[in-house]
Amino acid sequence: MILPSHYLIQQVDTQKEHETVGKTLAEKIWAEHVVRQADGEPDLIYIDLHLIHEVTSPQAFDGLRLAGRSVRRPDLTIATEDHNVPTMNIDKPIADPVSKLQVDTLRANCAEFGLRIHSLGDKDQGVVHVVGPQLGITQPGMTIVCGDSHTSTHGAFGALAFGIGTSEVEHVLATQTLPLQRPKTMAINVEGSLKPGVTSKDIILAIIAKIGTGGGQGYVIEYRGSAIRALSMESRMTVCNMSIEAGARAGLIAPDQTTFDYIKGKPHAPEDFDPAVAYWKTLFTDSDAKFDVEVDLNADDLEPFVTWGTNPGQGLPLNAVVPNPADFADSEQRTAAERALVYMGLEAGTPLKKIAIDTVFLGSCTNGRIEDLRAAADILKGKKIASSLRMLVVPGSARVRLEAEAEGLDKVFLDAGAEWRNAGCSMCLGMNPDQLAVGERSASTSNRNFEGRQGKGGRTHLVSPLVAAATALRGTLSSPADL
Amino acid sequence: MEKFITHIGTGVPLRRSNVDTDQIIPAVYLKRVTRSGFEDGLFAAWRNDPEFVLNQPQFKSATVLVAGADFGTGSSREHAVWALQNYGFKVVISSRFADIFRGNSLKGGLLTIILDQSDVEAMWEAIEAEPATPITVNLEERTVSYGSKNLPFAIDDYTRWRLMEGLDDIGLTLKQTDFIDSFEKKRPAYKPATLPIRS
Repeated sequence: MILPSHYLIQQVDTQKEHETVGKTLAEKIWAEHVVRQADGEPDLIYIDLHLIHEVTSPQAFDGLRLAGRSVRRPDLTIATEDHNVPTMNIDKPIADPVSKLQVDTLRANCAEFGLRIHSLGDKDQGVVHVVGPQLGITQPGMTIVCGDSHTSTHGAFGALAFGIGTSEVEHVLATQTLPLQRPKTMAINVEGSLKPGVTSKDIILAIIAKIGTGGGQGYVIEYRGSAIRALSMESRMTVCNMSIEAGARAGLIAPDQTTFDYIKGKPHAPEDFDPAVAYWKTLFTDSDAKFDVEVDLNADDLEPFVTWGTNPGQGLPLNAVVPNPADFADSEQRTAAERALVYMGLEAGTPLKKIAIDTVFLGSCTNGRIEDLRAAADILKGKKIASSLRMLVVPGSARVRLEAEAEGLDKVFLDAGAEWRNAGCSMCLGMNPDQLAVGERSASTSNRNFEGRQGKGGRTHLVSPLVAAATALRGTLSSPADL
Repeated sequence: MEKFITHIGTGVPLRRSNVDTDQIIPAVYLKRVTRSGFEDGLFAAWRNDPEFVLNQPQFKSATVLVAGADFGTGSSREHAVWALQNYGFKVVISSRFADIFRGNSLKGGLLTIILDQSDVEAMWEAIEAEPATPITVNLEERTVSYGSKNLPFAIDDYTRWRLMEGLDDIGLTLKQTDFIDSFEKKRPAYKPATLPIRS
């Protein structure tokens, strides 16, 4: 087999390093992307893929125009419309004039700068972090950025992927690089096997509850261990997606056969597949590498997890009760819990399973992929959702929607009484018309339960697709085992 | 970008931890396509409450926000930085910032300063006791001072220099184009490209 020359160079470098001290996966990817290193300055890092959407890009394009700059690598850039697009009547003009202006601005900017865009109505339109992997342009060993904090999703492929602000979007457009301080590394080891009804969403919610919303600040997390290896690609994406909810800008998983099989056959999979796989197989943490921090979690003990508060770290197993703020030793956490219970309209001591839900949202870059829809449809099949609630099913992309329809999942959801929508971020962040009303309570497969996140005054409980479906049937927070 | 060397202003105590970017500016306010005009969205939900600290007249002209731990968690929206700047804030002090928010703030010239939680709490008390207390932030000396206190803070030399010179990051990187050119020459062919489109 003939290896690409870059691979050979890397191999030699890595061997040399081996003799002294091993590297973590994140450190290897970093080292491969250093364009320039100088004492006292951040490393200049090359970006392999830049994903763009309508909300965080208009000011960046304006900046380019003002400075008379162009996009350095249109061929490493791709745009889609997701954050504020409607999920109904997508064949009609966008009703909200401000949203329409933002989407029109993205289309005009992509036309002006020669960028690929997948617009509403296109089969590759969808949530930006669903679109990249399904096109096969998310691959191991890459650096991937997007003006969206859930870019960490792509880390599931063994890529270093992270969210950036609009100034950085402009920087990447102009230079295809970013000046960055090297992050520290954290290993999260999840050993054991998940019980039936427990998913990767429960793993990540349990991790965030354990290390807190600031626990990962300054780190890249590598998820490791037998429970992680056993996950499908889509489940791995759910874990990496919520790294940012633990404060880590990026989270990744070393690529393996599961990864290679997933990429194979995708539109942008390498045409010369074997050399790529040979390189991808070098992407693991060396056995003698040292992480700055290691955290362990036992998968055997995990139960379905749900949040009770207003940050993703405020989560508990579904069998627990709403906590009493007085039981928190830390004064900051106690105050936060007091505020959260007031906002959420909950009383300490109430069993979480007694909490009645008004809206179930199945979708988002966390849990809007085909496996998520299949898992929920399995539970809903032949049944009706509780009359006390509504359920929105929003596929992560138009392709996911088409795939689901080909399998008849749309019928399952519609027959159960749920709404079957078009692709977008939708109620995950409530920028489009899909919002909670004041005081309305959701069980949501999304990623953030912040105050007002899904609509002003709305109350969010984060759950897995399985818990979402079981909750839709029973009307109160439930696990499939309760059915 | 405006140069930042020293700033003297009054403070506002925001006694909340985990102030996420959805609180700093809710998503419905993100629809503008300009960098200005986001001040109306700043802490929009909380500002409906007349008791909210920003609504209290004694803090109306404050330019230094002193907040609880884990400020700026959540979304990468730089609009959070713009909203704070458009409203008039020049400096945010907290014991911990979320990584993306901190990066955005330092790119845009909003100085984010990390102090110990005990120092933050002492500042809250001092400001609440006397809202007109002048706070001096000296980036050159890397100090925050008020009353008899003079607190050092850490910031890396490069960022400090860039803020003090008011330099545009992109302009600095474009001076390194030769390095980017030579890096691109050795990029392997199997790395994916978005163009031409394959389906």
